[in-house]
Amino acid sequence: MDMDLRILEQLTQIFGPSGSEEQVADFISAQIRPYCDEVINDTLGNLIAVRHGTGKKIMVAAHMDEIGLMITHIDKEGFLRFTPLGGVRTSNLVGQRVKFNRGRMGTIGVEKIAKPSDFKLDKLFIDIGAVSQNEAEQIVHLGETAVFVGDFVEVGSRIMAKALDDRIGCFVVIEALKRSKSTNELVFAFTAQEELGTRGAKTAAYVLEPDLAIAVDVTATGDTPKAHPMSVKLGSGVGIKVLDRSLITPPQIKRWMAAVAAEGNIPFQWEVLEYGGTDSGAIHLSRGGVPSGVISIPTRYVHSPAEMVDSRDVQAAVDLLVSLLEHPLE
Amino acid sequence: MLLKTLSELNGTSGAESLVRTFLQQTIEPFVDIINTDKIGNLIGIKNDSLSGPKVMLAAHMDEVALMIIDITGDGFLKFRPVGGIDARILVSKPVQINNSQVGVIGAKAIHLQKQAERQKALSFDQLYIDIGAKSKEDALSKVKLGDYAYFITKFEPFGDGLYKGKALDHRVGCALLAELLKNDYDFPIVAAFTVQEEVGQRGAKVAAHHLAPNFAIVLEATVANDISEGSDEGWITELGNGPACSLMDSSTLYNAKLIHWVRDVARQNDIPLQFPRGIGSGNDAGSIHISKVGIPTISLSVPCRYIHSFASVISEKDYRACYDLANALLKELPNIFEGSSINFAKEDQF
Amino acid sequence: MNPQMKDARDFLSLISIASGVSGYEFSIASLVRERFEEFSNEVERDKFGNVYALRRGNKNSNKKIMLAAHMDEIGLIVKKIDSRGFIKFTSIGGTDQRTLLSQEVLVHGNQAIPGIIASLSPHQFDKMESSQAVKMDEMVIDVGMPLAKIQEVIQVGDIITIKRQTYPLLNNLIAGKSLDDRAGVVAMKVCLEELSRLKHSHDVVAVATTQEEVGARGAITGAYTLNPDLAVTIDVTHACTPDLKGQVTIDLGKGPTVALGPNIHPAIYRHLVESAHFHRLPIQIEPIPGHSGTDAWPIQVAQAGIPTGLISIPLRYMHTSVETLDIQDVLNSGKLLAYFIASLPDDLEGMLCY
Repeated sequence: MDMDLRILEQLTQIFGPSGSEEQVADFISAQIRPYCDEVINDTLGNLIAVRHGTGKKIMVAAHMDEIGLMITHIDKEGFLRFTPLGGVRTSNLVGQRVKFNRGRMGTIGVEKIAKPSDFKLDKLFIDIGAVSQNEAEQIVHLGETAVFVGDFVEVGSRIMAKALDDRIGCFVVIEALKRSKSTNELVFAFTAQEELGTRGAKTAAYVLEPDLAIAVDVTATGDTPKAHPMSVKLGSGVGIKVLDRSLITPPQIKRWMAAVAAEGNIPFQWEVLEYGGTDSGAIHLSRGGVPSGVISIPTRYVHSPAEMVDSRDVQAAVDLLVSLLEHPLE
Repeated sequence: MLLKTLSELNGTSGAESLVRTFLQQTIEPFVDIINTDKIGNLIGIKNDSLSGPKVMLAAHMDEVALMIIDITGDGFLKFRPVGGIDARILVSKPVQINNSQVGVIGAKAIHLQKQAERQKALSFDQLYIDIGAKSKEDALSKVKLGDYAYFITKFEPFGDGLYKGKALDHRVGCALLAELLKNDYDFPIVAAFTVQEEVGQRGAKVAAHHLAPNFAIVLEATVANDISEGSDEGWITELGNGPACSLMDSSTLYNAKLIHWVRDVARQNDIPLQFPRGIGSGNDAGSIHISKVGIPTISLSVPCRYIHSFASVISEKDYRACYDLANALLKELPNIFEGSSINFAKEDQF
Repeated sequence: MNPQMKDARDFLSLISIASGVSGYEFSIASLVRERFEEFSNEVERDKFGNVYALRRGNKNSNKKIMLAAHMDEIGLIVKKIDSRGFIKFTSIGGTDQRTLLSQEVLVHGNQAIPGIIASLSPHQFDKMESSQAVKMDEMVIDVGMPLAKIQEVIQVGDIITIKRQTYPLLNNLIAGKSLDDRAGVVAMKVCLEELSRLKHSHDVVAVATTQEEVGARGAITGAYTLNPDLAVTIDVTHACTPDLKGQVTIDLGKGPTVALGPNIHPAIYRHLVESAHFHRLPIQIEPIPGHSGTDAWPIQVAQAGIPTGLISIPLRYMHTSVETLDIQDVLNSGKLLAYFIASLPDDLEGMLCY
């Protein structure tokens, strides 16, 4: 079945840094409502969709939030100082355009730097074209957040955009949800505040008490020039997580996911990630523990304005999720 | 198996007696005269009464080890290396002292280190052996100053047709030599299992002097660094590609005519042969080839990964091929001798 | 060596050699189960891999005492297999890269495959004064097989452990890998054994936890599942060595440490110390100003909060493969736990509040 990449395009372009996921939730809610029995917005900002069934209760999670910058100070000349919201890399920032919720754009500049080691976040500022503090304050306010500007572009089989982390996960879940014929009790959590420490997933899992959970998120690759050694390659299939800093996938979950992938001729690759974590990190420690796995979409340049995925891997992720929901672990 | 026993025996420079005793028993039936010279080399002589060139086969018995140089007040042992040991391989290992007492070389727990400490190698000054002693007196009941500590490693088949063990880089030559002595050759053979190679090829110097051979073959193992994925420049030799015939090392420039002869004999007998890329460290040939008026010498080596470490690795195929090549060379040897000096009849072919 | 000590040493040796890296505790768990069954009424394993051994109290008490010691160990994992068949790896849990060179390992693929850790820039043994540690990224594992053969038996994600037996040293010391915290597991077994000779009112559940080395994850879910009235964790603590003088004050062989500080309920601390004094067991006091770095940390805040204590077995060279401890300290830990439990008041008066 063909994926509707226009949905992905729209998903990536919605404004939704951690804590401000409402617009993403509204968009997803509209997409999935016809396919679900219940759709709920919870107190932390998670969007939870339920499809009743008879078998195991399976939780699927993908986070809606993206990394961003929060304004902490507006100076006399109208320049904005900021703090990162989530894992922002300083080296990705200079010269980038950013966008506020109400549409105002800005660019990131840097003070005169004496030596490279002085290149720190507090030397950077956002210029929104305001000529005074007063003017700037009319446009943005302290505590307001901005996100990267990063168009959705297809280049061959690859896709570039901002916020593919983790709108690509949301997209995979939406596609799978539409296609799924699973008769199990399915709960889909589009989570908030993952980038700040998987906070949405923690409360969602506590409420939902699933038997089994799968998070869908991005992972890094080792296939760019002189990259950190890692076996994951773009275009070589969906990733099945072995471990990251937040989770060691239980061996029986690994075996189940790999067996279902092999059964459906879905290309997959094992993913050993030496840093980072996903919603499954929080979910698997909920209450007395929830056996959890992760479907990973190999992604280059994670947390940049031009994250890159391969559409074949995305297709494989959708196929794998659909199959897993139909063949849950006994 | 000869190599297994030799690998697992302990014997460093100046303390080779266990290895010597074992080799003495092993070669006794195959030689006419056997003795130990004044520095500790084990000498076996075969066909002494025959005429023809006197050929020396040499292999060294000593391995690298640690010498106990001090015992602290609370019973920990300080040490220094005998031979070349990279201190970085010692951390987090058990060692054996005096063939009975086990001790461990630990390290400060990672929890108690600063980030920068983990980037710095631990030096011999910082390392010590823990045998569980409560005090200096307690330690002295088991260990004396000047005792040696050895790697603990079982000799075992490894991977696909390989062997793993300690001291393979040292004892492979001994095993080859002992096996060659079982054959019959029709010229005098003097076998020298030498001491103190690791501290400057000192045993071989003495042996070459008093044995005064016309020709010498040094048998040993050499570095195989064939583990990097990219370029093969620094590999020296490659496991599985046959024995290596040295061109030059830090103590010897080998005779080009002899090297060509080795190459031809290998070809004629269908034995794989490789020449080391890059210059290795020296071996007993360094002492032998400049003994007295000079002795024509070649050096045949079995490629060996991770030399001077807890677990070195060789290929069984290479070991066999090295034996075959040495044997073939010995059989051919009388043909290149005229009286007691080498004469390459078809010199123009080189 | 008395029979109890020999028994403890043999059990410690058995589980030290076994492999059970965080998240992959299946085989170590079966060994632990088997040995706990003798002194327990029920033994269970939960979906997180934790093993619970229940020993019922003599009274019809509804109080539940949790003991926790983790059975997982730090280890390595295959992250890439290069084009020539050498294996790149990373660590699970806190591993000092300087402890890895020239180690023999087992790669747990389709079967346990022996390997050797090598440096990609081979050491120049004649230039031995290199002051830089070799980085883990510059090391590979050699299993001595061609790539095609490796791909049949080893995959990315396979677990790797150091191949290490245990070695007896002088004075009842023993050295080996993963004594952190298999020694704690042995102490729990000694405790259950001692309890079989004592009267104890309360139910005791000895929990061999999983995934401690990656953030005490088994203890998080285990304490939630069990929701005990009181918990004592048994782990290891740093013992002094020549390079730690002035930094560490705990000695090997002078008894387990009893911890105090924010992680510890003061009444449990007091009762542990009193039990030790009454039974003339040697102990050392270990003040811990914050995070204890053990299962005790999450257990204390599980559910509605659990009064928690911690005793630790002194250990040298933690997280190397030659961890060293005194078996007598292990025995004394188990005995102290048993005496502590046997002397708890029926209603746990004073233990449940401040």
